[in-house]
Amino acid sequence: MNTALSWIKAYVPDLDCTAQEYTDAMTLTGTKVEGYERLDKNLEKIVVGQIEKIEKHPDADKLIICQVNIGNETIQIVTGAPNVKEGDKVPVVLDGGKVAGGHDGGPLPEDGIRIKKGKLRGVESCGMMCSIEELGSDRNMYPDAPESGIYILPEDTEVGADAVEVLGLHDVVFEYEITSNRVDCYSVIGIAREAAATFRKPFCPPVVKETGNQEDVHDYLQVEVEDQDLCPRYCARMVKNIKLAPSPEWMQRRLAASGIRPINNLVDITNYVMEEYGQPMHAYDYDLLAGHKIVVKRAKDGDTFQTLDGQERKLDSQVLMICDGEREVGIAGIMGGENSKITDDVKTMVFESACFDGTNIRLSAKRVGLRTDASGKFEKGLDPNNAKEAIDRACQLIEELGAGEVVGGIVDVYPEVRTEKRVPFDAEKINQLLGTDIPEEDMIRYFETLELKYDRDKKEVVVPTFRQDLVRMADLAEEVARFFGYDNIPTSLPSGEATTGKLSEKLRVEELARKIAEFGGFSQSMTYSFESPKVFDKLLIPADDKLRMAVQISNPLGEDFSIMRTVPLNGMLTSLSTNYNRRNKDVRLYELANIYLPKALPLTELPDERMQMVFGMYGKDCDFFVMKGVVEEFFEKAGMRKKTHYNPECAHPYLHPGRKADIVYDGTVVGYLGEIHPDVADNYRIGEKVYVAVLDMPAVEKFVDFDRKYTGIAKYPAVTRDISMVVPKKIMVGQIEDVIEQRGGKILESYELFDIYEGAQIMAGHKSVAYSITFRAADHTLEDKEVGSVMEKILHGLKELGIELRA
Amino acid sequence: MKEQLEKIKEEALKQIEASDALDRLNEIRVAYLGKKGELTNVLKSMKNVAPEDRPKVGQMVNEVREIIETRLEESKNSLAKKVREEQMKKEVIDVTLPAKKQNMGHSHPNTIALEEVERIFIGMGYEVVEGPEVEYDRYNFEKLNIPKGHPARDEQDTFYINENILLRSQTSPVQVRTMEKKKLPIRIIAPGRVFRSDEVDATHSPSFHQIEGLVIDKNITFSDLKGTLAEFAKELFGEDTKVKFRPHHFPFTEPSAEVDVSCFKCGGKGCRFCKGSGWIEILGCGMVHPHVLEMCNIDPEEYSGFAFGVGLERIALLKYEIDDMRLLYENDIRFLKQF
Repeated sequence: MNTALSWIKAYVPDLDCTAQEYTDAMTLTGTKVEGYERLDKNLEKIVVGQIEKIEKHPDADKLIICQVNIGNETIQIVTGAPNVKEGDKVPVVLDGGKVAGGHDGGPLPEDGIRIKKGKLRGVESCGMMCSIEELGSDRNMYPDAPESGIYILPEDTEVGADAVEVLGLHDVVFEYEITSNRVDCYSVIGIAREAAATFRKPFCPPVVKETGNQEDVHDYLQVEVEDQDLCPRYCARMVKNIKLAPSPEWMQRRLAASGIRPINNLVDITNYVMEEYGQPMHAYDYDLLAGHKIVVKRAKDGDTFQTLDGQERKLDSQVLMICDGEREVGIAGIMGGENSKITDDVKTMVFESACFDGTNIRLSAKRVGLRTDASGKFEKGLDPNNAKEAIDRACQLIEELGAGEVVGGIVDVYPEVRTEKRVPFDAEKINQLLGTDIPEEDMIRYFETLELKYDRDKKEVVVPTFRQDLVRMADLAEEVARFFGYDNIPTSLPSGEATTGKLSEKLRVEELARKIAEFGGFSQSMTYSFESPKVFDKLLIPADDKLRMAVQISNPLGEDFSIMRTVPLNGMLTSLSTNYNRRNKDVRLYELANIYLPKALPLTELPDERMQMVFGMYGKDCDFFVMKGVVEEFFEKAGMRKKTHYNPECAHPYLHPGRKADIVYDGTVVGYLGEIHPDVADNYRIGEKVYVAVLDMPAVEKFVDFDRKYTGIAKYPAVTRDISMVVPKKIMVGQIEDVIEQRGGKILESYELFDIYEGAQIMAGHKSVAYSITFRAADHTLEDKEVGSVMEKILHGLKELGIELRA
Repeated sequence: MKEQLEKIKEEALKQIEASDALDRLNEIRVAYLGKKGELTNVLKSMKNVAPEDRPKVGQMVNEVREIIETRLEESKNSLAKKVREEQMKKEVIDVTLPAKKQNMGHSHPNTIALEEVERIFIGMGYEVVEGPEVEYDRYNFEKLNIPKGHPARDEQDTFYINENILLRSQTSPVQVRTMEKKKLPIRIIAPGRVFRSDEVDATHSPSFHQIEGLVIDKNITFSDLKGTLAEFAKELFGEDTKVKFRPHHFPFTEPSAEVDVSCFKCGGKGCRFCKGSGWIEILGCGMVHPHVLEMCNIDPEEYSGFAFGVGLERIALLKYEIDDMRLLYENDIRFLKQF
């Protein structure tokens, strides 16, 4: 909302502060000023001059030489403007002065334009006569300005006076950010009330006088409100013998400063009151209303209606309409109809000032696809008591401006009158909530400056209906805090029972995972949780796969962001692809990415959100086993000391069929890893082998153990035995290790694969595998016999797998 | 006898003097002091010496032995030193050759900023908790005093799954979930991902992060809120940071405020970071609305509390001077490596 300071000052006459002071003070009491614009910025040494004599320039056809009286002297000015004549009074910028812009009305330069004495084609010119554009304004604000040429001031203007003052440009336009609870502040009066309270100055709102002739509006017009749930109040008054004319300058300028283009007295009055009171109004041509009747009721599904902008609108049964005796004439609170709109021929009109249900207007405007200034105000939920005051104010302006003859009386359909609320007040409780020590009398004074009365007997604050936001004590506390000053409230820290600061167990495990990943050279990435359903095809996920069962967003930003991911790999592969295609070498990324698995579709309960730790890499030193190392390093640090198993018999269609495995810990699948299927890598335009690992963190978390117990460092010597085997190719070393673990007994300390070989020297279909196995006892030096018998068991087990010792 | 010893000594010392390797010194030791060495031979021939002269001769032999041993030791040390010195000369390296690094990874700037915030609040006794990202309407809105039809929940801003389920548009539902568990007092922060229907550009993202804070206890005041957030701002942005509370409106707090911190770039003088104002808006906060407490079955007559919400990306962008939010979700390694 934009408003000129002069308009505010009209209701707070004693207000005296700089624009910056105003900005700071209003912001600190809750009426946030987003910015301001000084209308006299860069206007210096500009006075009213009168042209006494005009001569032709001897050397230029298009220039004239003017002698201009500027009060105390007459100066010579050369101009090319075509529209001036002797006797005209004009704004003149003197030598050394400044104007805001060029005569073409282009963007204003930041520091304005300095004007200096000089010669034009050999003739001295001591200043410049100004167009409205050079004064930084435009023809919206000054419709009487010529399309091009010098702005001519009224004949009665005093010569030598400050022309900026005469033009009303010593003004500042403030832009406010009004919070949604302060419906009353979407009006000049509302802001002026806040300004008066902020600066502790008297608040003098307009005095609305009784208006109208001896006739009774009821003899002219009948109003029926059928759907009162959507229209708590409907006021109508009438004006006849309308005389359309431009509105006065002061009104035009206030409207223009608010960003509203002046049109004629009727339209301007309607807009003026909408700004002033925050109450939108509408005018109908009385002679076009069939049956001289207004009916307020819902439209029917499938109805269409032509609004006054000429557009055809589709209606439904929740859209409230204004109708006459036969047909629809306007969409309530949004826009009037083409069929009843005011034209220049209007003789008699009906003014409507109503209160409509805010939510309904908001939803209707959205469905109809038409959001107007009026609907923007109505949707906030207006005060029905404001409607009558606003229409009376409008009629007062009609009379004052001589725009027509107001018919006496008002049609007012207002079945349930909204009355003042009473809110209990307890100064002590407010101080308790704020942590302050503000005297009760001060609080009451704050209320009174806001036009909230205090009932001392009942200890209640009486809240007028325009403050719909004040309901209970906490709301009063905010009013007190605002005017006591948030800055003046002391600072303290919560007392009371001490609490332990900590991360949840889940976050602690995630933190560890991140540390390990970063130690392994992986940097953290973040990607969106929603993605395109096309991702499933890119990842080669079959049409009937459960992973395709995804949570769908009903109003997504587009198909690319329309489903919640069920696989965490798309983000990772996209990020790796971005890097690959930007020629970044050797990239390792990890992401903590939630996946969202619906229990059933359509969704009736929340999906299972499972945090996935995703690793991805390409480039130097990347292979399956490096990835495996990262996983195991994490498990080790997470206190998961059992042997991790890898099962190549797993799904994951996006992985290389021969280079993939489920990660199994203590019998539970806790994740998977592998090389990305080359087709998938192609889909993501990555021209290198990509390795990924995904850990299902909720599954991992169950096994995490941050507890540590020391076991003694061995005192007795170890015994090591090496075995070299010929192993059928299909046997995985994991199976050999299982045998060593199962049969190694208590004295088995560790084992290590130290050679694996396939080639000419080895029997076809076989490979050579060599292990070094270490035994140790905690309480004695092992004897050959003990080790021998355990080795025997191991070798026996291996033999069952078809493994022979190498000769 | 004496001449013989003298001769042995002279000869030995001469040879020691002339030797240039440790092996040679060893040979000399064996030749003179060994079991079959010359000096040992002299001792063996003691039986030919008159008994009364034997002590004297023995002493002379020992003296010679000592002298040879000392000289051998000296020579050995100086030779070893020489060898070591030569070895070190050969081992001189160019210390300006490139380092061999582990190439550790880097945390995302969001995470670094979040850990800063968590560290501060954990220090003040807050527990870090989380809530679901796909959330019920009633937690995201209704129980936060935003009933159906309220303008704040305009469909344009929120992603809906269906009428009752949505992508949370704020971390505030975690407040409700925490209060409903009813373990008082409460001191939590709840970081997490939130979603709003904004097109992607340099300052907007349909998915971003917030950090919610909630304190519920007896006698919690607005001044506690001010003190807590002032402390937080100083910890995060520096000891000299000033904090400004401006009245604002949120449906679930009353009184409510927006908080500005003095610009940590210019110290409040005005610069391009603070758009000349000297202040930077960083969060919204307020006293938990009594109706919100009631809806969570907490008696507002007995308990009060405050809540606040911070935009994580906002802090990360400000602190690390990142000028385009899209960089945070692109994951270009050249970007990530800078953190």
